[in-house]
Amino acid sequence: MTENLDVLRQGIASGRLKTDELVLNMGPQHPSTHGVLRLELVLDGEIVVKIIPSMGYLHRCFEKHAEAMTYPQVVPYTDRMDYLAAMNNNHGYALAVERLLGIEVPERVEYIRVIMAELQRIASHLVAIGTFGMDVGAFTPFLYCFRDREYILDIFERTCGARLLYNYIWVGGLSHDVHDGFERDVADFIRKFRPTVTEVNNLLNYNKIFIERTAHVGVLPADVAVSYGCSGPMLRGSGVDWDLRRDDPYSIYDRFDWNVIVGDGAAGTLGDCWDRHMVRVGEMEESCRIIEQALESFPAAGDIAEAIPKRIRPPKGEIYTRVENPRGELGYYLISDGSANPFRLKVRGPSFVNLSVIDEISRGHLIADLVAILGSIDIVLGEVDR
Amino acid sequence: MGKTHEEICTYLSELFPDAGLEYDDAVPCINVPPALIREIALQVRDDAELAFDTLMCLSGVDFGDGTLGVVYHLDSMSLRQKLTLKVTIPVAEACVPTVERVWRIAEWHEREAYDLVGIVFQGHGDLRRILLPEDWEGHPLRKDYQVQEFYNGMKVPY
Amino acid sequence: MESLLQSFFGDNILTLLLYCSLPLVFLLLYALLAILGEVKVSAWMQDRLGPMRTGPYGIIQPIADVLKLLQKEDITPANADKFLFNLAPYLSFMSAYAALAVIPFSSQYVGADLNLGLFYLLAISSLNVAAIMMAGWASNNKYSLYGSMRAVAQIVSYEVPAAMVLVIVVMFIGSLNLQDIIIAQSGPFWNWIVFGGPKQDVMLASGHTLDASWTNLIFFPLFLGTFVMYYISGLAETNRTPFDIPEAESELVSGYHTEYSGMKFAMFFMSEYANMFIVSAVTAILFFGGWNSPFGVYLGDAFDAPWLVAVEQFGWLVLKGLFFVFMMIWIRWTLPRLRVDQLMYMCWKVLIPFSFGVALLVGFLVVIL
Repeated sequence: MTENLDVLRQGIASGRLKTDELVLNMGPQHPSTHGVLRLELVLDGEIVVKIIPSMGYLHRCFEKHAEAMTYPQVVPYTDRMDYLAAMNNNHGYALAVERLLGIEVPERVEYIRVIMAELQRIASHLVAIGTFGMDVGAFTPFLYCFRDREYILDIFERTCGARLLYNYIWVGGLSHDVHDGFERDVADFIRKFRPTVTEVNNLLNYNKIFIERTAHVGVLPADVAVSYGCSGPMLRGSGVDWDLRRDDPYSIYDRFDWNVIVGDGAAGTLGDCWDRHMVRVGEMEESCRIIEQALESFPAAGDIAEAIPKRIRPPKGEIYTRVENPRGELGYYLISDGSANPFRLKVRGPSFVNLSVIDEISRGHLIADLVAILGSIDIVLGEVDR
Repeated sequence: MGKTHEEICTYLSELFPDAGLEYDDAVPCINVPPALIREIALQVRDDAELAFDTLMCLSGVDFGDGTLGVVYHLDSMSLRQKLTLKVTIPVAEACVPTVERVWRIAEWHEREAYDLVGIVFQGHGDLRRILLPEDWEGHPLRKDYQVQEFYNGMKVPY
Repeated sequence: MESLLQSFFGDNILTLLLYCSLPLVFLLLYALLAILGEVKVSAWMQDRLGPMRTGPYGIIQPIADVLKLLQKEDITPANADKFLFNLAPYLSFMSAYAALAVIPFSSQYVGADLNLGLFYLLAISSLNVAAIMMAGWASNNKYSLYGSMRAVAQIVSYEVPAAMVLVIVVMFIGSLNLQDIIIAQSGPFWNWIVFGGPKQDVMLASGHTLDASWTNLIFFPLFLGTFVMYYISGLAETNRTPFDIPEAESELVSGYHTEYSGMKFAMFFMSEYANMFIVSAVTAILFFGGWNSPFGVYLGDAFDAPWLVAVEQFGWLVLKGLFFVFMMIWIRWTLPRLRVDQLMYMCWKVLIPFSFGVALLVGFLVVIL
């Protein structure tokens, strides 16, 4: 099928086919830009010649706000960056401040954090998988994914009262202890969730049309991915075996037995949309394994608030901390001048960095492929624009 | 684990004897003179001993004492080592050579640093504002930033 | 049917108008049912309830939808070509409605019993292309233009295999008249063309006798393939998933009807649903016996009531048509969308060669048998 396109491209290149370029404005209001991203597409017929992304429609001056807030007050702001992975954002920020302060958090807190972060990862991947399906025109898997995401949000709601923006992981501890029956709820969820992966695999991931649409599309070679700083499923989809939970360990991830899922180009070329998608599918199972192991050794009791400092004034200094978000490497660069407010807080959002590669990998593809590529990058505009 | 900052600083100082690289123990990081950042960046990326293939983060900072800074957080996937480079420049001459060609990701990070802190990256191919509107005045993350009164006829402070 | 109306109202223009508007009544009722079917079937497939508030189980939701569309502001974009922009939706609906004229709903009712029924159907449904092109061009919107370009390329391409399939059936039956094609399949379901066609001699309405015997069973695999090809082409011609590329929501927002609102949008919507039924009804007529009862007998015959036979026949056709409409809905909520080059590949490199091959084979068999 691609050879037809090649014939077309040759025709255009050799000048036998005379064409004109056309600029199409995609977004900020468009069904498949996943928020308020705006892409100026330079098109030759249906073929993408150049993409000029414009961001900032959702810019809320997070970094400026943070400078006027005390350290604990920043936590709710971190929720609002990658709003599909608020727990992971909280976790990264809490780690950064804790390392600056040099405090250790209790065992039970670490376990709860890991379980929450992994549940959030599953929830976030479910959204990514569902919306990717929708981008290539399959509507039904989206609702299957959202159905299971609801179970996770219910668990979060029972623990901390919020469904999307939790403000749950605080510096040195947590806002609440988990609710009674938390372990049972999580175990129940894992049991209910596993068949969904098979269901989505059957309905979408191994569907012939779906593979045709995503294999060989948007191929991101490993060296380009590294140069563009891509991380998370984007990087692993290109065959780079790199996961911060294992390679730059934080929290208690080193205690669990799990695998880093890496794309293998089974359906097409290594690093295509299908690989990125399947990395996410595989990671959900790995998260389930981490959660199960964490539940086995879950400390039954403990004060979750014992390490929360009364007042947070980190010593003068700076730190760069990174955690593995569902979308990739979330970095916090924090400078403290010894006062109660961060002097400078810079966030390196994985969506922002991953999005920058779109022009490179979309050129020469059709509009329909561009939509698939954008879906496979899985951006959250709250984090791109901050 | 890989080299420490001190070892890397010594190693680089041998390669660039006139550069005046300083090792800052407190952070830790290596202070690099602005004019040399591009050469050093290329060196640390391509040197087999260093192999910093990833730019984790590039941040523009206003230190509030009349100097601005650009901080490069580097990571080597193969050698499992990290490095922080720091460039300090006076506010009046907020100019740093770009590392856009060294790590492609720097393109957007530099645009962001230009947009929010007002650091000009020499040689950058497309140095436009990235998060704020094109016609916004000032650079919000400067410590002396004053919000403009009106933006296109709309009152800004609320 | 015409004579029945004449006996009530006399032989005047009113009778004719009434006669012509019967399919419209059917179409409107069907559209309500199809809209409800679409939302409910998709809801059940997706593990949800669908509309539940308007009436018991939400059954009057389509009426609420229609009322909403009637009340919506009718927007014409400032830079649109107003004449074409306003004309397009009505032309689109007209082509769908006009196609219903030759659909035989029962042995007693067919709008126009044309001897060239099948060709009329092909020709008139192609008018839709003009309407879509008009809509896309007149909207003065790049998304609409892309959508209409894709739609025209797609519909024109898929008309080739669809027409070839019709040729296959026409070769076999020896008539272009749709009533003839249905009569040829009368009797129990094994006489349907999809199962190889009639198994004994049939007298067609035109007076011509179609010779047939059980050797027709060798056509079974050929006609099964033909049916699949026709159904795929039909899906593509009605712009339904997986061929909904002209209105691909995730790429082109809504394609050619992006700029339409209110009743003009409703017209496009109606014509899409009407086209779905036409394709389904033609599938039923060509391959599944049309208005023939699958059991070969009618309740009306037992009670000696010809009117009941006509009603039953109408019921069977609508039931078969709705089954294929349901199939379309089922496919839509299951499969992802193809890409535009894959769509063309499917048509020009798969369907067209196959349909020509089958046509050759069927023609050969018809001659030697």
